[in-house]
Amino acid sequence: MTSALEKAKAPPAKVPRDGPRLTGDKLHARLSATWERPRGFIGWLSSVDHKDIGRRYIVAALVFLALGGALAVAMRLQLSRPQNDLIGAARYNEIFTMHGTTMMFLFAVPVMQGMQIYLTPLMVGTRAVAFPRLTAFSLWTYIAGGCLLWIAFLLNVGPDIGWFAYPPLSGPQYGVGKRPDIWAQMVTFTEVAALAVAVSLTATILKQRAPGMTLARMPIFVWATLVTSLMVIFSMPSVALASSFLLSDRLVGTHFYNPAERGDALLWQHLFWFFGHPEVYIIFLPATGFVSEIVATFSRRSIIAYPIVVLSLVATGILAFGLWVHHMFATGLPRVGYSFFTAASMSVSIPTGLQIFAWIATMWTGRPRMQVPLLYVIAFIITFVIGGLTGVMIAAVPLDLQLHDTYFIVAHFHYVLIGGAVFPLLGAITYWFPKATGRMMSEALGKISFWMIFLGFQLAFFPMHISGLLGMPRRVYTYPAGMGLELPNLLSSIGGLVVALAVLLFVINMLASVRRGRLAPANPWDGTSLEWATTSPPPSYNFAHIPVVDSQSPLWDGKGELAVVHGLRVEERELLLTTVMSATPDVRDPSAHPSPWPVIAAAALTVMFVGSIFSPWAVLFGTVPLAIALTAWFWPKTKEPTLEPSIS
Amino acid sequence: MSLRTNFTDDLSALPTHAFSYRSLTWWGIIGFMVIEGVAFAVAAAAYFFLMSHEQEWAPRPWEPPNLIAGTLFTIVMLASEIPNTMVKKAAEKYDTAAVRRLLPWIVGIGVLLLVIRGFEFNSLNVLWYENAYGSIIWALLFLHATHIATDWMDTVVLWRLMRTPHGEEPRRLVDVDENALYWRFVWLTWLPIYLLIYWVPRFFR
Amino acid sequence: MSRVAALILPLALCGCAGFQNALGGDGGEGANFVRLFVLFTAVCTFMYLLVMAGLFAAVLRRRRNADELTVDTGKHHESAPLVTRALAAWAILIGIGLMALTVASFFTDRSNAAITRDPQLSVKVTGNQWWWDVQYSFADTSKSIRTANELHLPVGVRAEVTLESNDVIHSFWIPNLAGKQDLIPGRVTDIQLVPRKTGLYRGQCAEFCGVQHAHMALDVTVESKAEFLRWAAAQLQPAPAPRTPLELAGYRYITTRECSVCHNLSGTPASASVGPDLTHFASRRSIAAGTLPMNKGNLYGWVADPQSQKPGTKMPTIGLSPDELHAVVAYLQRLK
Repeated sequence: MTSALEKAKAPPAKVPRDGPRLTGDKLHARLSATWERPRGFIGWLSSVDHKDIGRRYIVAALVFLALGGALAVAMRLQLSRPQNDLIGAARYNEIFTMHGTTMMFLFAVPVMQGMQIYLTPLMVGTRAVAFPRLTAFSLWTYIAGGCLLWIAFLLNVGPDIGWFAYPPLSGPQYGVGKRPDIWAQMVTFTEVAALAVAVSLTATILKQRAPGMTLARMPIFVWATLVTSLMVIFSMPSVALASSFLLSDRLVGTHFYNPAERGDALLWQHLFWFFGHPEVYIIFLPATGFVSEIVATFSRRSIIAYPIVVLSLVATGILAFGLWVHHMFATGLPRVGYSFFTAASMSVSIPTGLQIFAWIATMWTGRPRMQVPLLYVIAFIITFVIGGLTGVMIAAVPLDLQLHDTYFIVAHFHYVLIGGAVFPLLGAITYWFPKATGRMMSEALGKISFWMIFLGFQLAFFPMHISGLLGMPRRVYTYPAGMGLELPNLLSSIGGLVVALAVLLFVINMLASVRRGRLAPANPWDGTSLEWATTSPPPSYNFAHIPVVDSQSPLWDGKGELAVVHGLRVEERELLLTTVMSATPDVRDPSAHPSPWPVIAAAALTVMFVGSIFSPWAVLFGTVPLAIALTAWFWPKTKEPTLEPSIS
Repeated sequence: MSLRTNFTDDLSALPTHAFSYRSLTWWGIIGFMVIEGVAFAVAAAAYFFLMSHEQEWAPRPWEPPNLIAGTLFTIVMLASEIPNTMVKKAAEKYDTAAVRRLLPWIVGIGVLLLVIRGFEFNSLNVLWYENAYGSIIWALLFLHATHIATDWMDTVVLWRLMRTPHGEEPRRLVDVDENALYWRFVWLTWLPIYLLIYWVPRFFR
Repeated sequence: MSRVAALILPLALCGCAGFQNALGGDGGEGANFVRLFVLFTAVCTFMYLLVMAGLFAAVLRRRRNADELTVDTGKHHESAPLVTRALAAWAILIGIGLMALTVASFFTDRSNAAITRDPQLSVKVTGNQWWWDVQYSFADTSKSIRTANELHLPVGVRAEVTLESNDVIHSFWIPNLAGKQDLIPGRVTDIQLVPRKTGLYRGQCAEFCGVQHAHMALDVTVESKAEFLRWAAAQLQPAPAPRTPLELAGYRYITTRECSVCHNLSGTPASASVGPDLTHFASRRSIAAGTLPMNKGNLYGWVADPQSQKPGTKMPTIGLSPDELHAVVAYLQRLK
């Protein structure tokens, strides 16, 4: 038997490889056989194809968007009149908690990560994500966390402590029952999932870019993905620790947040917001990535000032970590410390301001096509900038002390989150829908739902600036008559219904177009990045041959030609690793086979996490099935080591 | 309009494995190290935050933890770097036989460390539910204990795997190399935590 | 969507007469807020209009094929010559704008601190789920006033309000007078108030504190110094004695039965401090921290069944007989 040393020095095996002699239909047949997932339900569960995982992430996130949106409609119906008795206090408090928690943890971050999982390998020119089974595991973990939360809500034990769950209200003395524990453990599920995706995407972007795609030639969306993945890695551990400390206070009697035993309720706020502020940029920065891609394609030119846009992404990502105390201006911390956070919160708007300049300058010097994706970008600029400017206002302590915890803040964050993330997302879905499904969405229906959501949003959320100024605090299930709050609330409620209808129309457009939309070619919008170089939808192996790039806009500069490298195996899943800086071809790496072990491991993790809501022993005993699942996951499934390596 | 394919380089001669930053899994391990490092840093920040409320730390009448178990742990942990480095170098030289000889030592040391860790929990002189000081030092020790436990488990699995014919697969030696790297991370993170648990509560009374 | 509308609309809607209105500006700090808010709104509106002008010009301008920098002309990598300079100018403009706003914010902060130096009145407010415990202390430490869910302040006098919490985090907010400050268990925070206009205002808890967070309001009366001293003198008196047999029956019930477990009436055997002080209950404008206006009908409703008026409140529904109810309400009305 050959030793490892001999194997390491062995010449490449004589096995079929892609190249001039194996291309076209014959190559397609061999690669499909190797890369397609097995048939049947187990095959469906075992898929590690990033396109499957990405699509499933997006679908699950859209389901949670609908659920969270339904809760919003319920809230708006209750608040449409003063002293309304449609929904009682306890139920309303559950509803606003579920709305915020669902939107932030189960919709916003997962949908962005889902788009990143789908698009990144296609945009960098590789066949798979770096850690396909880990990415699959994260999908199931995320879905388990979402189910935990919603099943609890439907069983009437849903959390009712607000989406940021401040102790002592969420602590053992005042947070009665298991409601806060369910919330805290859902956070653990979703944060494990998000961290796993972040590691996978970071490795994919650093090591699997197409030859010639230096960092300076990456699409801006890939830069946004890299920055947000690093932000996830640096911020999520804080909320994981915070929620673990909360669970531990409630379950085993620790005193992290208990002032009576030398703990501090403000410790939670620091730990939570150290995560919470970067979290909103984790949601926003991928949206700016969408905007850059859409603006470039629909202006028919490259983004102006690419280096500035990239530096803005990086600067925003870094600055975002220095702002968190602006959520705590009313807690009585030393004023001199507050000044730092005011200055930092103001300055974070500078990089974004530069990006806005770049987008407008790109449209100015190009030839904008007013199709639905660009309409959403325009709506984004109109809407997000308002939210950004109200953000500048509340960065100032004297202003924030009036406006904090009022409907002015509710207006602000919906302007930046819906205007700044959801509008670009809807544009991005419309833009990449043909790539993912092979069909175009209806442009006419797209325009109708666009105008409805854009105008409906303004009607729903602009009046909230006013109700906040008129004294309406957040998180109230009703308000008295005679304070001038009736009109703004009524307008908001009407607007909310319009938005709900518009989102419904958008989803109907998606569903109808999957079956009956106009068939889409490989590059229906004449885009320039690599995902448009393959078919719509892409084959399971993404690219017939790994492409080579020598510019930031390969398809526009290629003059109808695509340079490729060749020599990768076709009977085994193989992709190419390149060097981090110059993207020189470096190593041929195997890619993981489909496997049921990620699902099984996620199930074991679910048992452990759900069990630990009720008993600390679950943490100990739950590691046994998890350890077994993880060992089985990594243990090689081939009997003998193969000629050239595989991962199964 | 479909694109014309222009074939450039033939990559079939590229290796199918590589060590260190040329390995994809290395980046995964680094990613997890950063995540856990940040978690420890945040826990340390919580430690100092809670400490800032106190006149004394460890707050009287609680005594600081006994030094013996923790210091013994630190010594054994640092000593384990010797066989760990030997395993790492053997892996880089594709010396499967040496790896097969050395891994059981790491496994054994891991068992010893877990036992000492048990004694450490017993000698902290405060319980996790007595006050926030107790809660945070138990949390730090517990977090690190889970690190030792999971890396030990990884090493056990790797040890069994290396004894099969798969042990002659170059990529498995890359796994051994990366496992050794992670072991270094486990003791490197221990050093500041050791100071926070055992020494800082002695300096502020 | 302009910022100007945000200013005009509330004025139009409430005619400056809102009693829980951040734009009221009826206190020293509150007035500073209005000024700073108007400045920020003006600057932000200006910047917004610039961005909108750029956006609409970019989208609507007519194109000439020759000078387009697109894929079609092959110039999609080129940038127009003015772009770099415009970008720099834009960056500088944003920088200057933000610096100006930050400096304005800093000076407002200092002004707020100066306005409220050397307070002349001391009040301690303790937050509870879902009511406010209010205590006034005086130089003569034998005198102290304890009331609940209301605050009386003499106009023009600087008051220092110390804030604590008995249970969870609350937030003290009287928008007409000043910004808010949290009440955090285990910590003592404070806020300074200098009311400038007499009137009746309303404050509300502004940090989610549990099921009845929406009904934790504070009735604020800003009055002349003479009126304030009259109010304080009345508050220092013990609970008024019952004057009719019905009131006597009510007095007996309140001071010996369930009510006395939680409530204090000065000068009577009822001296618990679990719930709001009731010594001069009938002189307040509302019941249950702003849940119901103070009148006879609402008193009946509240005492008979607090859980239906404010579900989840800590005051239990006892199930008084009709006679007991009449007696209790009659005596409560005596407590002016």
